[in-house]
Amino acid sequence: MSNDLASVRKIERRTFLKGAGAATVTALTIGFELGGSPRAQALAASAAPTSTPFAPNAFVRIGADNSITIIAKHIEMGQGSYTGLATILADELDADWAQVRVESAPADATRYANLVFGKIQGTGGSSSIANSWPQLRDAGAKARAMLLTAAANEWHVPVGELTVDKSVISHTASKRQASFGSLVKKAAALPVPETVQLKDPKDFKLIGGRPARVDVPAKCDGTAQFTIDVEMPGMLVALLKRSPLFGGKVKSFDGAAAMQVPGVVKVVQVPGGVAVVAKSFWAAKQGRDALKVDWDDSSAEKRGSAAMMEEYRRLADQPALPARKEGDAKKAIGAAARTISAGYEFPYLAHAPMEPLSAVVKLDAKTCEIWTGDQFQTIDQMNAAHAAGLDPGQVNIHTLYAGGSFGRRANTISDYVVEAVSIAKAYGADGTPIKLQWTREDDVRGGLYRPMYFHKLEAGLNAQNELIGWHHVIVGQSIMAGTIFAAGMKDGIDSTSVEGAANIAYAIPNIAVDLSTAKAGVPVLWWRVVGSSHTVFAVEAFIDEVAHAAGADPYTFRRKLLEHEPRMKAVLELAADKAGWTSAPLPKGRGRGIAVCEAFNSFVAQVAEVSVDDAGRIKVDRVVCAVDCGTAVNPDIIKAQMEGGIGFGLGAALYGAITLKDGRVEQSNFNDYRVLRMNEAPKVEVYIVPSTEKPTGVGEPGVAPVGPAVANAVFAATGKRVYVFPFVKSEIARS
Amino acid sequence: MSTTFFLNGKSTELDADPNMPLLWAIREVAGLHGTKFGCGMAMCGACTVHLDGQPIRSCVMPLSSVAGRKITTIEGLQSKQAKAVQAAWIDLQVPQCGYCQSGQIMAATALLEKNSAPSDADIDGAMSGNICRCATYPRIRAAIHAAAQSAKA
Repeated sequence: MSNDLASVRKIERRTFLKGAGAATVTALTIGFELGGSPRAQALAASAAPTSTPFAPNAFVRIGADNSITIIAKHIEMGQGSYTGLATILADELDADWAQVRVESAPADATRYANLVFGKIQGTGGSSSIANSWPQLRDAGAKARAMLLTAAANEWHVPVGELTVDKSVISHTASKRQASFGSLVKKAAALPVPETVQLKDPKDFKLIGGRPARVDVPAKCDGTAQFTIDVEMPGMLVALLKRSPLFGGKVKSFDGAAAMQVPGVVKVVQVPGGVAVVAKSFWAAKQGRDALKVDWDDSSAEKRGSAAMMEEYRRLADQPALPARKEGDAKKAIGAAARTISAGYEFPYLAHAPMEPLSAVVKLDAKTCEIWTGDQFQTIDQMNAAHAAGLDPGQVNIHTLYAGGSFGRRANTISDYVVEAVSIAKAYGADGTPIKLQWTREDDVRGGLYRPMYFHKLEAGLNAQNELIGWHHVIVGQSIMAGTIFAAGMKDGIDSTSVEGAANIAYAIPNIAVDLSTAKAGVPVLWWRVVGSSHTVFAVEAFIDEVAHAAGADPYTFRRKLLEHEPRMKAVLELAADKAGWTSAPLPKGRGRGIAVCEAFNSFVAQVAEVSVDDAGRIKVDRVVCAVDCGTAVNPDIIKAQMEGGIGFGLGAALYGAITLKDGRVEQSNFNDYRVLRMNEAPKVEVYIVPSTEKPTGVGEPGVAPVGPAVANAVFAATGKRVYVFPFVKSEIARS
Repeated sequence: MSTTFFLNGKSTELDADPNMPLLWAIREVAGLHGTKFGCGMAMCGACTVHLDGQPIRSCVMPLSSVAGRKITTIEGLQSKQAKAVQAAWIDLQVPQCGYCQSGQIMAATALLEKNSAPSDADIDGAMSGNICRCATYPRIRAAIHAAAQSAKA
C-alpha cells in the first residue's frame, strides 16, 4: 500500500505540477486528505519537511522558512476567493503578504464546510467571503496569539509589550525581533487559545487595501494549472457521445469504426452515453466522430422552446402558488385609477465558462482520485462514490483552478465528475488515469441551463399616481425540485425561482408574487446571480414602465419607494449621482436607464448609457455601478467582479439564448451562442459604498441590474420597451 | 509521420498526425500547456499563438501547415512589447479565471509589435476575436494602453 502511494507521489512530483515547491504542496495536500490514517502518517513521514510547520488550525500553516500557507476551502474560479480568503486571515495574523501563498483544501466537510450551506463543502451563492469572515479572522488571530506567546515566553516579557508587523514580532524596549518562522517550533507546542480578541477594523492593514491577487502572475505566463493541463504517465483522454435529446438513452452502438482510428484504445458504454478512450484528445475526437450510436428517445424531451413558452404564457393565467402576499393586490389593481401590465420572456442560458468541462479520474478497487475545478466537493464526493461503488471517504478530490464556472460546476448530479468516474470504471478501474474532456459543443448542448421563464406583471396607480398594487406571476422550471436541495423548498416554492421578485424592497401596500412551476425534460441549474438573472429584469423594467405611466422620473419614483430601505436607496443615489442622472439629457439616439437590486445580501445600482442607431442596433457606451457589500475586503477585486458581472449580464441580455427545436438544442458553439466581445464592452465605473457591516457577496450581484438598466436606457433613447430576451430578438433591433 | 518547425525559437520535430490541429500538437505532443482549448473552431481565441509573428488560432491550423515556420507560444514570449504586456496585465490585475488570458496576451502582444500606439478602435479590431467570459475587457483595454506607454519608454 505504501509503495502504491509512493508511486502516486512520484508521478505527481514528476509531471503533475512543475517545480519542487509545487510538488511538496501536492504531497502535503494528500497528507491532509488522509489525515489520521496509517497511510497518511507513512506519507507524512516520507514527505515531511526538515522541520514541522506550525499548523494551529485547518486554515493556516507557517513554516520555519517564514512561508505562510493559507488553505482555501473555496474554489478559485476567477472571483478572487483565494486572495480574499487569504487577506482575511493574513490581516488578523499581521502576516507579510509577500510570504503568503494559498493552496486548495481537500474535500472534507468536517473541516471545510461552507457555513452557509450547513454540512456541505462547496462554493456558491456569493458566500465565500461572507461565510469565512468570522472563521478566518478567528483562525488568523489565534495563530498570531500563539506566536506572540511563544515570543513572550522566550524573551520573558509580557505579551502586551509586543508588536507585530509583516510577520515580525518586536519588543521595542529590549530591541528584540523574531520572525514568525523562527517561532514555529515553540508556538506549535502551545495550546490553541479558546477565545481571542479580534482586531478593531481601524487597525486592518490588508483588508480594504490592494493586496495583489495570488493567482495573477501564473495566469499571465501560461503556468496556471487547470484541469485540462493535468498530465500523468499512461493517462488516457476520453470524449463522451451523449444523447442529442435530453432524456435519450443508448439503444445500441457500433464502435468498430472508432476503434479503427489510430490512438483509440477502448470504446465503453456508461450511463451517460458511449465514451471513446484514446491516447490523445485528437484521437478521442476522431474516434467519437466515427462512433455510431442508436438512441432510445422514448422518454426524451421532444418539444421546442417556442411551444414551451406558449405553455408558460398560458400557465401565467392559471392559479399559482403564493410566494408573497401583502394586502390584496388583485382588488387594489381592480380598483386602480390606471393599470399597467407587461409580460417578459427569458430563454434558457448556457454558462459557457471559457474552460470546457473536464475531470481527471484515477480509479482502482479501493480509491478514487479526482482532479478537477471542483465547486461542490461534498456532493461530488458522494456522487463519485456512488458511481464508483466506493464509500465517500475513499474519494479524494484535488480542487484545481477552474477556468470559469458561473454556477455550472456546482450541480447536484455532479454530471461531468460522474461521467469521468463511470468511464474509469467501465474502462476497468485498473488505476489508469483518464481525463474526460468536453468540447465546446458538448458544453453548449449539455444542458443544466438557466431555466426559461415567463413573467407577467400588473400594477395599479391611484388618482395621485401612487403605486398601490403589484401582481407578479413567474412561470418556469424549478432548479431545486428533485435534487438534494428540494428539502429547502417551503410550501412548494423554490426560492431560487422567486428571489429578486418576492423580496422587492419597494413600499407598495398590496403585493402578490405567485409562482407556477412548469415541468420540462431539460436539465436546469443556477446561473450566475440565479433567480435575480430574470426576476430583477422583470421588476426593474416594469417599475420603469410604471414610473413612466405615473409621469415620474424613473430615478425619483424608485427613490421615493425606497425611503425605508437606506442601503438600497444609498446605492441608487450614488449611481445616479456619479452617472450625472440629473444633468442635461443625452443627445437624440442616446438614453440613460437605471436599475437597482439586492442580491446575496449586497446592494447594487447601475446606470447604463446607450446609443441606438437607425437600424435599431444597441451599443452600450457606459455603465456606472454603485455597490454596498459591507466591509470591502479587497476593493479592487470587488470592482473587478462588478466589471465582469456587468459584461456577463450584458452579453446575455443582448445576445444569449439556448433554443430547442423538436427537443434538439439549436446552438453549438460561440458562433451561434453569442457572448459579449471586446468591441461590445462598455466603459464601466464602479463606486463602493464605505461600510463597516459584515462583508456580503460580490461574485454575482453585479450581473442583475445591467439588463434592465440597458432596456430602460433603450426606452429613453427610442420610446420602445424590450420584453423579450435577448434584445437582438426584439423589435428594437430589427426595426 | 513527423513535422519540423520552430517552436519558441528551437527547431522542433513532432511525431504526430499531420492533420492534428497545432493546438493539440503543442499541448499534448510538445507538452506546452499555456495555450488553451476553448472552442475548436477559431471563435474564441483561447488558442492564439504567433505564426511568423502573426496571431493565429492554433485550434484550426493543421500541424502540417506550419512545417518550417516559426511558432511562438505564451511560454516563448521574449519581445519588449510582450514583457510590457505581461507587466501591465499584472499591474492592472487583469485576469479573473485566467483561462483565456494566454490568448489575450498573445493577441495584445501581436498588436503592439506592429502598432506601438493603438487606438481604442485598433484594440477592438485586434482583440474582438478573443472571448473572455469573465468580461475582463475594460482592464484588457487599459492594460494594452499602459503597455504601449511603457514599451515606448
